[in-house]
Amino acid sequence: MSRPAGTTGRWVREHLVLLLGLLVLVYTFVPIAVVVLMSFNDPDSRLIYRFDGFTIDNWLNPCAEPSMCDAVVRSVEIGLLATVLATLLGTLAAFAMVRHRFVGRSTANLLVFLPMAAPEIVLGASLLALFVASGLGGQLGFWTILVAHVMFCLSFVIVAVRARLAGLDDTLEQAAMDLYATPAQTFWRVTFPLVFPGILGAALLAFSLSFDDFIITNLNAGNTTTFPMYVWGVAQRGVPMQVNVVGTVMLVLSIAIVLAGELRARRRAGR
Amino acid sequence: MSQVAEQSPGGGAVPAAGEETAYDGLRLRQVTKRFGGFTAVETLDLDVPRGSFFALLGPSGCGKTTTLRMVAGLETPTSGAIELAGHDITYAKPYRRPVNTVFQNYALFPHLDIFENVAFGLRRRKRKDVADAVHRMLELVELESQAKKKPAQLSGGQQQRVALARALINEPEVLLLDEPLGALDLKLRRAMQIEIKRIQVEVGLTFVHVTHDQEEAMTMADTVAVMNAGVIEQMGAPAELYENPRSTFVANFLGQSNLIEGRVLRRDADVVSVDMQGITVSVPAARAHTDGDRGWVGIRPEKVLIGEPGEELDAPGNTIPGGVISDVSFVGVSTQYLVRMPWGQELQVFSQNTGRHRIFRHGEPVELSWRPEYAFLLDISQDAHAGAEEGEE
Amino acid sequence: MTSTAQPPPLVDALPTAEAEPPEQGGSRRRGGLTGYLLLLPATLWLLLFFVVPFYSLVATSLFDPSGSDFRGYEMTWEFGNYVDAVRDYWQPLLRSLWYGGLATLFCLVLGYVLAYAIAFKAGRWKNLLLVLVVAPFFTSFLVRTLSWKLILADDGFVVETLQFLHLLGDDGRLLATPVAVVAGLTYNFLPFMVLPLYASLEKIDPRLIEASGDLYANPFVGFFKVTWPLSLPGVVSGTLLTFIPAAGDFINAQLLGSPNQRMVGGVVQSLFTDANDYPAAGALSVIMMGGILMMVLVYVRRAGTEDLL
Repeated sequence: MSRPAGTTGRWVREHLVLLLGLLVLVYTFVPIAVVVLMSFNDPDSRLIYRFDGFTIDNWLNPCAEPSMCDAVVRSVEIGLLATVLATLLGTLAAFAMVRHRFVGRSTANLLVFLPMAAPEIVLGASLLALFVASGLGGQLGFWTILVAHVMFCLSFVIVAVRARLAGLDDTLEQAAMDLYATPAQTFWRVTFPLVFPGILGAALLAFSLSFDDFIITNLNAGNTTTFPMYVWGVAQRGVPMQVNVVGTVMLVLSIAIVLAGELRARRRAGR
Repeated sequence: MSQVAEQSPGGGAVPAAGEETAYDGLRLRQVTKRFGGFTAVETLDLDVPRGSFFALLGPSGCGKTTTLRMVAGLETPTSGAIELAGHDITYAKPYRRPVNTVFQNYALFPHLDIFENVAFGLRRRKRKDVADAVHRMLELVELESQAKKKPAQLSGGQQQRVALARALINEPEVLLLDEPLGALDLKLRRAMQIEIKRIQVEVGLTFVHVTHDQEEAMTMADTVAVMNAGVIEQMGAPAELYENPRSTFVANFLGQSNLIEGRVLRRDADVVSVDMQGITVSVPAARAHTDGDRGWVGIRPEKVLIGEPGEELDAPGNTIPGGVISDVSFVGVSTQYLVRMPWGQELQVFSQNTGRHRIFRHGEPVELSWRPEYAFLLDISQDAHAGAEEGEE
Repeated sequence: MTSTAQPPPLVDALPTAEAEPPEQGGSRRRGGLTGYLLLLPATLWLLLFFVVPFYSLVATSLFDPSGSDFRGYEMTWEFGNYVDAVRDYWQPLLRSLWYGGLATLFCLVLGYVLAYAIAFKAGRWKNLLLVLVVAPFFTSFLVRTLSWKLILADDGFVVETLQFLHLLGDDGRLLATPVAVVAGLTYNFLPFMVLPLYASLEKIDPRLIEASGDLYANPFVGFFKVTWPLSLPGVVSGTLLTFIPAAGDFINAQLLGSPNQRMVGGVVQSLFTDANDYPAAGALSVIMMGGILMMVLVYVRRAGTEDLL
C-alpha cells in the first residue's frame, strides 16, 4: 500500500521526533550488535579484529583462554561481595536518612553526593594514595578492590533505596499500626516488602557498576586481574572472541532480569 | 460567645470535675495539640456516645484530622486525656487500642490481595477462623468476587469499601473515618454515604467521621460537631445545628445565612425585639445567642419570603420594604435572588418554584418577610463572613 | 473551657491544610540513637575510603617530587608540584575539557531527541524503550568500546562510505583522531544524559505543550518558551552526569585515539602506574577535582537548580 505523497509527508512530520529518537537508539545498539556478531566470529588472526567467518566455537569453549575465565570469576566474586556489602550498608543508611532525625543531615547528603560527582580517576587515585601512604602499597589486590567497589557503589545504593523509601506512602505504615501490627510486624509485613524492589534494583545496579569498573580497579588492583582489566590488557595484544561471549551473556542476563521485573510489576498491577 | 461545647444540649454535656462515672463511649478531655508554635487543637472536650454516628465537620486546617489521629494513636496530645469505654488510652500505642481507621487515601497494602488486606488486623491478633470472618465481611461490602485481586485492580469505590471492611472486621470500639469519600466522584459519594450509614446501623459500632463536606456530615451523622481553628464551635443534631446556629461561623459554614446588623430593643421571657435597620423584628429568646445590645439578625435564604410591594405575604412578621432585585438565578427547583436593601446590603432569597409566584426580574422592586420563629440572633463581635468561604463547595 | 470568639490570626495566615495531616516529614522522623546507628557503617566507610583518601591525595600532591615509591616521600609543602603539573600537562587538561564538553553537547542533542520521543511520542512502548536505553549499559564498557574500534576501523564500512562520499580523503581515517574519541565518549555516556532528561520531561503535562501550540502557534517558539525551560532541571543534571565522567575518562582516548588524543585521566593513570610519580599525579588529580567542583558550583548556581538528585 503506498500512500499519497501528501499523507506520507504529514505522517513523517508527525512522527519525525519518534523516528529521530529511534535512530538515536539504533546508534546505541550498533556496537552491541557488533559484540553479539563477534561472539560468533572465527578469526583468521588474533591481531586483526574483524569478522572472518561464522562459528559457535567461542560459545562452546568460553574458557579456551583460561586467564579470561579466571578474570571473569574474580569479577563475579568481587561483584557479589561488593553488592552484598554496599546494599546492606546503603539500605541501612537510606532508612536512617528518610526515617530518622540526626545532626548533620546536609553534610551526610554531601558525603553521599560527592563520590558520584567525582571523576573515577580521582576516586581511584585518592584510594591508591591512601593505601600507599598507609604502607599497603604492596598488598594491593582482591581486598583493596573490594573496598573501592563498596565505596563507589554505596552512594548509588543509598540514592536508589532512599528514592523508593521517600516515595512510599507513609499512611500504609500507619494503617498497619492501626490494624494491630507492632513496629516490628509493620516493618517486616509492610515496609520491607514495599521497599524490596528498590533494594533489589539498587543491588543490580551495584553489581553492574562493580563488574564493569576499570578505572578505579586498575589503580588499586596490584597483580589481581578483573574482567575489564583483562580486556584492557588484550586490547593491545589481540582480543580473544570469548570476550564478546561474556559481553553478550551480560547483555542477555540483564535484559532478562529487567524484563522479568517489568512483567512481574505488570502482573501485580493486573494490567 | 464562649463555652459552646459545654452548653450544647444535644451532644452530651461534659461532667463537672470530680464526677468519675465510667463512660462507655469515647471521651476527650481538655485535649490540646501543638505542632511547634501552631495550635492545631485547643483544649477540646468531646463526648461521643457509644453506638452513635458522630461527625467532625470543619474546613481544612481546623484540627479535625488531628483530633482523629490522636484518637487513633497516630499523634500524641500535647496535654489532656482521651478515654475509651472508661480506659485512658491517651498514650496507648496505635496497635494496642481498639480503634480502627479508614484512611483518606484508603492506604490499602498494594502488595497484598484484597483478602489479605482485610485479614491483616485479625492475623496480627492471631484470631481463629480468619477465612470465615473475611468472607463474611467481604459479603457485607459486596466484594466477595474480588478477594484474590490486588488493590490497584479495583475501582475507587471498591477500594473504599475494602478499606471499610479492613477496619470493620476488627469490630473496634470506635471506627474512625478520615474524609473517606473525598476521592470519589459526586454520584458515587452519595451512594457510599447511604451505604456506610446502612453498615453502621447494621454493625452498631461507634463511627467518628471527619469531613469538610457539610452535606455529607448532615446526611450521615446523628451528631455533628462543627470545628473551627482548633475548637468546637457547636455540636448537636444536624437539623438543630442548621436551624439554630450559635455563631456566624456555623451559620455560614452549614448552608448559607443572611446576617443583618441590629440593635436589641427589649428582652422578654421568650422573645427578643430587635431594631433592624429601622424595622422592628422579633427573635425567639432560645435562638438569641448574645447578651449585648447589638447583634446579627440571621435568617436562612429559603426562609425569606419575597413578594411585590404591598402584597400580603404569608408571614406574621413585619414586612421589610424597599428591596430591589439585583440578581436572579434560576436553578430548577428554586429561584435564587439577590435583593439589594435600602441600607445597601444584598440579601439572599431562595424561592421554591411552586408555581404560586411568578419569577421576578432584575431591577424589580420587592418586599421581604419571614416568620419570626426562623430568625436567630448572633454576637456582633463575630465576623459576619466567618466560614462563608470554606463552606462553599 | 473553650473560648472561641475569632480564629487566631495565625490560622488565617495558613489557609491551606497546614496542620492536617500534620507535616509528615517533620513529625514522623524518629529521634534517638537508632538513626545514628543505621547511618554509622556507611558513613564510616565513606569517611575511611573516600574522605580520608582524598585528604591523602592532597597530601601526596604536596610531597617532595624527588622521592619515590621505594624510598618514600617527604612532606615538603611542595606547591610547585601544581605549577609543574599545569606546565607539563596543560594540553591533556584542556583537551579533556574540550572533548568532554563536545561529547556532552552531542549527548544533549541526541539525548534530548530520544528522551522527548520516549516521554511524549512512545505511548505504550515507553517502558520498553527505557529498558532499551539502559540495556547497552550492561554490556561491558570496554567490550563496547572495542566494538567501536572495529566499526571505525580503516577498512571498515564507515570509513569506506565516508571515503566514497569524499567526506574523507582516500588515506583519511577515523581511528586515532579526535572524531573517534568524541564519538566514543558520546556513545558511552549517552544514557547518563537520557535518563535525567526523561525524568524531567516526563513530569511535563502534555497539555502544556498543546496549550503552547495554541498560544504560540509556531512549534519552535512553543518548544523554547515552554518545554525547554521546564526540562532545565534534567538538562542541568544530565550535562553534569555526562560531562564529569566524560572529561575524566581515558579509555576512549586510549582505545580509539592515539597519543595525540591523550586525556588527563590517562596521564594520571600512567603517572601512577608507569612513571610512579605520585606527587605529580596527585597534583593533577586535585586540579581535576577542583576544576570540576568549581564548574558544578557555578553551573548549578547559574541554572538555579538545587535538587540535583
